[in-house]
Amino acid sequence: MSFVHLDRVTKCFGELEVLRHVSLDVDEHNVVCLIGASGSGKSTLLRCINLLEKVDEGTIVVDGQEITNGHVDVNALRRKIGIVFQAYNLFPHMTVLENVTLGPKKVRQLNARQSRDTARELLERIGLAEKADEFPDRLSGGQQQRVAIARALAMEPKLMLLDEITSALDPQLVSDVLDLVRELASTGMTMILATHEMSFAREVADKVCFLDAGVICEEGSPEQIFSDPTEPRTREFLGRVIAAGRL
Amino acid sequence: MHQVINTFFSPHDFRVAFPNVWAGFQVNLKLMVVAEVLVLILALALAVIRGLPGRGARPLRALAIVYTDFFRGTPLILVAFVIGFGLPALNVHGISSRSNFTYGVIALTLVYTAYVTEVYRAGIESVHPSQRMAARSLGLSYWQAMRYVVIPQAVRRVIPPLLNDFIGLQKDTALVSVIGVAEAALQSQAYSQTYANFTSYTVAAVLFVLLTIPLARFTDHLILARELRERATAT
Ligand SMILES: Nc1ncnc2c1ncn2[C@@H]1O[C@H](COP(=O)(O)OP(=O)(O)O)[C@@H](O)[C@H]1O
Ligand SMILES: [Mg+2]
Repeated sequence: MSFVHLDRVTKCFGELEVLRHVSLDVDEHNVVCLIGASGSGKSTLLRCINLLEKVDEGTIVVDGQEITNGHVDVNALRRKIGIVFQAYNLFPHMTVLENVTLGPKKVRQLNARQSRDTARELLERIGLAEKADEFPDRLSGGQQQRVAIARALAMEPKLMLLDEITSALDPQLVSDVLDLVRELASTGMTMILATHEMSFAREVADKVCFLDAGVICEEGSPEQIFSDPTEPRTREFLGRVIAAGRL
Repeated sequence: MHQVINTFFSPHDFRVAFPNVWAGFQVNLKLMVVAEVLVLILALALAVIRGLPGRGARPLRALAIVYTDFFRGTPLILVAFVIGFGLPALNVHGISSRSNFTYGVIALTLVYTAYVTEVYRAGIESVHPSQRMAARSLGLSYWQAMRYVVIPQAVRRVIPPLLNDFIGLQKDTALVSVIGVAEAALQSQAYSQTYANFTSYTVAAVLFVLLTIPLARFTDHLILARELRERATAT
């Protein structure tokens, strides 16, 4: 059984059908990349998986538990799913260390010492140990995004959702963040990431899904999707991406 | 000219009136501190109630709205009359035999809670929804997200307008003289009626101004500091 299983998920905002009959399987320790034009529904799909959005139809199963039946403990579910946003969304009134320890303290109920030790270890790992006591606005975008990843990892999630986490970064800051994601992938973290970094997707993904107007138009191995797409729409999208110099 | 000075600014009357007015002013200070603490707490609670999500909370939200609309619209002096003369007239055990000071605190708190609720609410609404979302996505409950992420940011942002409201509250403590709280304005009035001299009011005015100036400068300072900080991070 796959770790994340979406079965004909439909999500509407008013009249607008943002996801239509989306089915998707993500195996444990796999990395799935969602690609597609902006507005195609990538963020919405990720947000449905940790119930930041409620689906209108269809079912989602995470870690053997159906989460779309309305009986699920939302906070317990989110505890095992980390999400990182394009805009980092660090807490500006807390230091880097406090950002990373908030979840462990309040949700995992670790004591101050345990949560601090965990956080320091993580900051070490992302190469920002010396920034522990800085406030987020003193950090570069790339550093902030790595802190946001550390904040999510501090919950020891079983699944990470990454939503275009490099899209707001200056080009020279992208690689540090991608290195970190690469390292996460190598440790076997299950991840779903929405991304515009096609060469990165090709490198880390076990599966690539092309979303078009709320529908998974094509999915397959990175080699197949990027070298030999079968759907005309996929070809057209990749053609535009290549023209924009992103592949 | 000479007469004006003698009537309003007589050094002799200043000295004579000062002790009583000063004693009254300490009542103003007490009114202010007690009411401010109550207002800070109650207004935050009301602001949070007004922001509660979901259909189930609708009656609570409505009550909070009615409260703020009512007390923002009612002159403090009317509220003071109703509380200060109305509650004793009720003859209900426990609420009808309180001191005028207590009634004064109640009136000030009722009215200023309504103002400050709006200030807090603006602060809470100014925190970007993505902050709450980030907190919730860590597994924090609604209340934890409010407590640790939204409210701390909201409160920081509204400190200057809060201080402005407190300057207003400081001055309005003089209004509860109408229900017989022996504060500075009432003491000044007593003096002026006894000695047919108005310098006692000047004494009270000086005390109020001296109290307000530091708070006003501090508020300016906070606003300026914030502007500088925002300019620094914007570049
Ligand atoms: N909260 C919302 N309310 C209304 N429409 C929304 C909301 N969030 C997203 N949408 C719409 O849903 C569509 C898909 O958005 P999104 O999932 O953000 O796409 P992507 O991440 O692929 O760019 C867009 O048309 C967007 O305007
Ligand atoms: Mg998006």
